[in-house]
Amino acid sequence: MIPAAFEYHRPADMAGVIALLEEHGDDARVMAGGHSLIPMMKLRMAEIPHLIDLQDVAGLKGIAVAEGRVTLGAMVTQHELIQHQGLANTAPILREAALVIADPQVRYMGTVGGNVANGDPGNDMPGLMQCLDAEFTLVGPDGQRTVAARDFYEAAYMTEREDEEVLTAISFAAPSGGYAYEKQKRKIGDYATAAAAVILQKDGGTCAAASIAMTNLSDVPVWSDAAGEALTGTSVDAAAVSAAVQAVLDDIDPVEDNRGPVAFKRHVAGIILTRAIQRAWGRA
Amino acid sequence: MNDMTPDRDDRSANLKGMGCSRKRVEDVRFTQGKGNYVDDVKLPGMLHGDFVRSPYAHARIKSINTEAAMALDGVVAVLTAEDLAPLSLHWMPTLAGDKQMVLADGKVLFQGQEVAFVVARDRYVAADAVELVEVDYEELPVLVDPFEALQSDVVLREDLEPGADGAHGPRKHHNHIFLWEAGDEEATNQVLDEAEVVTEETMYYHRTHPCPLETCGSVASMDKVNGKLTLWGTFQAPHVVRTVASLLSGIEEHNIRVISPDIGGGFGNKVGVYPGYVCSIVASIVTGKPVKWIEDRMENLMSTAFARDYWMTGRISATKEGKITGLHCHVTADHGAFDACADPTKYPAGFMNICTGSYDIPVAYLGVDGVYTNKAPGGVSYRCSFRVTEAVYFIERMIEVLAIELNMDAAELRRINFIKKEQFPYTAALGWEYDSGDYHTAWDKALKTVEYDALRREQAERVEAFKRGETRKLMGIGLSFFTEIVGAGPVKNCDILGMGMFDSCEIRIHPTGSAIARLGTISQGQGHATTFAQILASETGIPADSITIEEGDTDTAPYGLGTYGSRSTPVAGAATALAGRKIRAKAQMIAAYLLEVHDDDVEFDVDRFVVKGAPERFKTMKDIAYAAYNQAIPGVEPGLEAVSYYDPPNMTYPFGAYVCVMDIDVDTGVPEIRRFYALDDCGTRINPMIIEGQVHGGLTEALAVALGQEIAYDDLGNVKTGTLMDFFLPTAWETPNYETDHTVTPSPHHPIGAKGVGESPHVGGVPCFSNAVQDAFRAFGLRHTQMPHDHWRIWKTANDLGLHG
Ligand SMILES: Cc1cc2nc3c(=O)[nH]c(=O)nc-3n(C[C@H](O)[C@H](O)[C@H](O)COP(=O)(O)OP(=O)(O)OC[C@H]3O[C@@H](n4cnc5c(N)ncnc54)[C@H](O)[C@@H]3O)c2cc1C
Repeated sequence: MIPAAFEYHRPADMAGVIALLEEHGDDARVMAGGHSLIPMMKLRMAEIPHLIDLQDVAGLKGIAVAEGRVTLGAMVTQHELIQHQGLANTAPILREAALVIADPQVRYMGTVGGNVANGDPGNDMPGLMQCLDAEFTLVGPDGQRTVAARDFYEAAYMTEREDEEVLTAISFAAPSGGYAYEKQKRKIGDYATAAAAVILQKDGGTCAAASIAMTNLSDVPVWSDAAGEALTGTSVDAAAVSAAVQAVLDDIDPVEDNRGPVAFKRHVAGIILTRAIQRAWGRA
Repeated sequence: MNDMTPDRDDRSANLKGMGCSRKRVEDVRFTQGKGNYVDDVKLPGMLHGDFVRSPYAHARIKSINTEAAMALDGVVAVLTAEDLAPLSLHWMPTLAGDKQMVLADGKVLFQGQEVAFVVARDRYVAADAVELVEVDYEELPVLVDPFEALQSDVVLREDLEPGADGAHGPRKHHNHIFLWEAGDEEATNQVLDEAEVVTEETMYYHRTHPCPLETCGSVASMDKVNGKLTLWGTFQAPHVVRTVASLLSGIEEHNIRVISPDIGGGFGNKVGVYPGYVCSIVASIVTGKPVKWIEDRMENLMSTAFARDYWMTGRISATKEGKITGLHCHVTADHGAFDACADPTKYPAGFMNICTGSYDIPVAYLGVDGVYTNKAPGGVSYRCSFRVTEAVYFIERMIEVLAIELNMDAAELRRINFIKKEQFPYTAALGWEYDSGDYHTAWDKALKTVEYDALRREQAERVEAFKRGETRKLMGIGLSFFTEIVGAGPVKNCDILGMGMFDSCEIRIHPTGSAIARLGTISQGQGHATTFAQILASETGIPADSITIEEGDTDTAPYGLGTYGSRSTPVAGAATALAGRKIRAKAQMIAAYLLEVHDDDVEFDVDRFVVKGAPERFKTMKDIAYAAYNQAIPGVEPGLEAVSYYDPPNMTYPFGAYVCVMDIDVDTGVPEIRRFYALDDCGTRINPMIIEGQVHGGLTEALAVALGQEIAYDDLGNVKTGTLMDFFLPTAWETPNYETDHTVTPSPHHPIGAKGVGESPHVGGVPCFSNAVQDAFRAFGLRHTQMPHDHWRIWKTANDLGLHG
C-alpha cells in the first residue's frame, strides 16, 4: 500500500499542465481528487513518475446554471454536486446519483471530472452523463474540443481523451421530465451491482421521449437507445417496461465478480431499471 | 451516625463500583486521537521491515535473488530462510503443536506467504526493495478444497514424516492433520438408527477474518549493551509471547520485555505468533537497531489468522413429539497450510464439543478431521471462545432443520428441549459441566417482548400476499438460543504451549488511599481499565476513579494468559476480586488495631470498616491505607499490597435469546433488518453500559459474517476478497438498531458471579441473522442454504426455489 516514488507537480494554469504532459508523455498523469488514482498507485497497479495536481489550476471549478444549460467545472467535487441549490432545482438527478457514490469522505475529495475521465466502468457519473447527453470539453496542445459523453468511452479505462488532453468542463441541457437514479450496492462505499439512470418526458399520458443508461454492466457505460425507444410513444405500461428491460439486456454484458454471477447481475439490472422507470414516470 | 457521614447509598455511588454504568476511562484518549498504538512507537535509528510475499498458493522456490534489492540506497538487509536457518528460526512452533515457516523454506503453501524480509531505512525504501527481490517459482498443483486434499496425491507438507503421528494422534493421509473425537459414536449411531425421526444436514461455515481496525505489527529493539530485548506489538497474550520469544531465541526470559500498548481491536486475530514478529526480532538482533514491522490491510486479510472454515455434517434424532434423542456431528476442518489454530493444547477443535447447545441431549458424538490446504494458516476464535461460534451455528441450524422435518414451530422445539433450571450444574453428553442457567425464563421473556405469535401471524399473511402477487418481499423470523463456554480455563485441562490458563492480578494501595492494579490480561477495546477498577472499588472500598488499571507490560504486570475467548472477566476478573479480598482482610486487621477492637468486631461497610453495632466508630479505607504505611502495627507487615493467581474451577456458561425480524427483497436479494432483539445473561453485570456496547459490537460483527463477510479463494488459491471493497466490514450505515435486554443468573463458582459477555452477541448473532434469512424461505420449501447470505446468494436461493417466475 505504498506507491512507488513520484515527482509532484502543482501548476497554476492550464498551459503549465499541458507543458508538463507534453514533456513527460506517458510518464505523467493529472490528479483531481485522487480517489481513484491514488489507490491504484498504492496498489502499484499504476506507476506514475510525474503526478500533476490540478488543484491550483485556474478555471476548473464552479457550477453554472444559465440559459437552460448546466456547466460543471471538472474540479467540482461530488460533495458540491449534492450541496448546490441551483443544481438541485435544475438537474436533481445529479444530486440523487452523487448521494449513492461512495461515502462522504470520498465525495469531499472526488471530483466530477475525475469520475467521468477515469473510465472505470464502476463509476456512476459516466452513465449519468450519457443519459443527460452531456458534452465533455477537452483542452490539449492543439486547443479545445468537445466530445459527447455517448462517444467518449471505448473500453475500461480507455477513452476518447488523448494523453496530453485535460477534461476541463462538462455541460448539458437542463433536463426536463421525470428522472431517477437507482443503484443496488452491497454496502456503503461500494460500486454498483447494477445502476440505472432514467429521464422520461411525459406528454399527456404518453412518454414523449426517454433516455436510459446503465452502469457497471459492461466495460463501458451503456446508453441504450433501443430501451428509450421501447418506452417512447407508450403509456409506460408493463409491456413497454419489459420491452425496455429486454432492450437493455441485449445491450449489457456484465461479468462475474464478487458481487455475483452474470445471471444474477442481468436479473438485477432488469429489476433496477424497472424501478428507475417507475420512479421517473411517477415524477414526470 | 455522625451528621457529616454521607449516607450509605451516596458513599456507594461515589465508589462507582459494580453494577454502575461508569463511563469508559479509556475513551478520553481514544476519542482525542491520543491512543498509543504500536505504530506510534518511534525509536531513534529505527529501521522498517516489509515482506516479499508469494503470489502463488503452491509453488517451489527455485531461487531468490536479493542483489538488486540490496543495491538500493537505504536497504540494510534482506532476510530469507537461508539466513534464519543457522539460528533455527526459519520455522517456528505453532500454538496447535504444528510448526510453521517463518520465511519460505524451499516452497510456498499459500498466497501471501512470507518469502523474504526486507529491512530498510524507511517504510518507502522497504516497499521499493520488495519489488526488486527476484523470486523464481515453479508452480505446483493447488488444493483449496479440504475434501479433495484428503484424496489427492499432492503432498502439501513435505516436511512432515509420512505416516508419523501428528501432535494430536495418527494422521490418515499426508494432508490430514488430526481426528479429534468426543462422545460415544456407537451409542449415538444406535439411537439415530432406532429413532422415530432423523434428519441430516451439511453446512459450511465459511472462512472469514476478524479484521481488527488496527492490523498486526511489532517493534523489536535489541540492546546489545545490556543484552535486553524489548518487543512492542499487537499481542493479545503478551506474557506468552515473552515465553515463546525466549524459547525460540535462546534469550533468557528476564532479558525480554514484551509490551502490548493500546490495541485497536483483536477479535482473535492477535493471539497467534506471526512471522513478522519473529523477523523484526531477528532483524533487530542482526542490525543492532530497532526494527518495526506493520502489516497493511491486504496483508492482514491474506496472511494473518483467519477464522472458521468448517464443513459440518449433522444428524439429529427426535421423538415424533420433538424430544431430541441424539446428535452426531462430523466436521471437516480446513486449517490451511499449517495448523496454527489458537486453541488450548488439548483441544485441537477448540470447544466445538459444546455443540449440543442449550439442549438436554442424552447422547452425542463429535468427530473433527483437520486438513491441510493451500490457504493461509490460522483458525482463530473470531469474537468467540474456541470454535464456539461454529458449534452454536451448527446446533441452531440443526434445530431449525429438525423443526422443518417435524413440521413444528422452531421456538417451541427449542423450549421442549432446553436444559431445565433444576438440572444445573448440568453435564452435557460431550463432557462439559454447565455451571448455571435459566433458559426457559430467558426464552419466554424474549418471545413475549417481540410478540412472537403476532410475528408468525404476520409472516403467514405475508406468504399469502406473496403468493397472490401483492408483494415481492418475504419476511423472516430468526431465532437463536445460545450457550457459550468461556473463561478458559482450569489449569488441569487448559494450557497454551504448556502454560496453564490461569490469570492474575496484583494490587498496590498507595499511602493516600489510591491504587494501581496490574493484570495478566490486555484490553483491545473491552474497557478493562474501567471495569476492573469497578470490581476493585466494590471489593476494597476505594473509588474506581482512584484506581489505575495497567496491563500489557511483562516487566511490571503479573503473568497471565491474555485476553481472548471472553476469559478476562471470568479468570482475571476473579483474580482481581480475590486480590481485593486479600487487601480487605489486611485492612480489617489494621482497622481493628486503629479502633482498638478485636478483628472480628469490625465489619466492612462500602468504603470503611465500622465497629459492629457502633457505626459512628469507623476507619475509612483512606485512613487504613495511610496507617499501613505510617504506623508500626504489631504482627502486621507494613504496606498494603496483594497478588492473586486464579485457576478457575470451571468455565462459565453465558447464554442468551435473540430474535431477528427481516424483510427480504426476493428480486434483488437485498435483506433489510426490521428488528433485532438480544437478551443476554452474563451472570453478574459489572458495567451495563459496557455490556451494551459489547453486545452492539458483537452483533454487528455477526451481521457482517452472516450477510457477506468472507475470505474467498479461487481454484488457484488466489484470495478474491483481499480489500475492504470486497471484504464486508459494516459501517454505521449497514448497522440496524439493536434492542438489548437481560436476565441475571450468576455463575455459582465465580467469586462475583460474572460470566463474560464480549463474544456472546457474535456467537448468538450469526445463527440468528442466518436463521432469519432461511426462515423467510421456509414456506417455499427451503431446508438449508449456505452463508454468507450476500445479495446474490439470497437471490440464488429464491431463484432455485422458483420464486422468479
Ligand atoms: C472507497 C471508494 C468508493 C468509491 N465508490 C464509488 C462509487 O460508488 N461510484 C463512483 O462513481 N465512484 C466511486 N469511487 C470513485 C470516486 O468517485 C473517485 O473520486 C472518482 O472516480 C475519481 O475522481 P477523482 O477526482 O478522485 O479523480 P482522480 O482519482 O484524481 O483521477 C482519476 C483518473 O482520472 C484522470 N483525471 C482526473 N481528472 C481529470 C481531468 N480533469 N482531465 C483528464 N483526466 C483526469 C486521472 O488522471 C486519473 O487517471 C469510489 C472511490 C473510493 C475510494
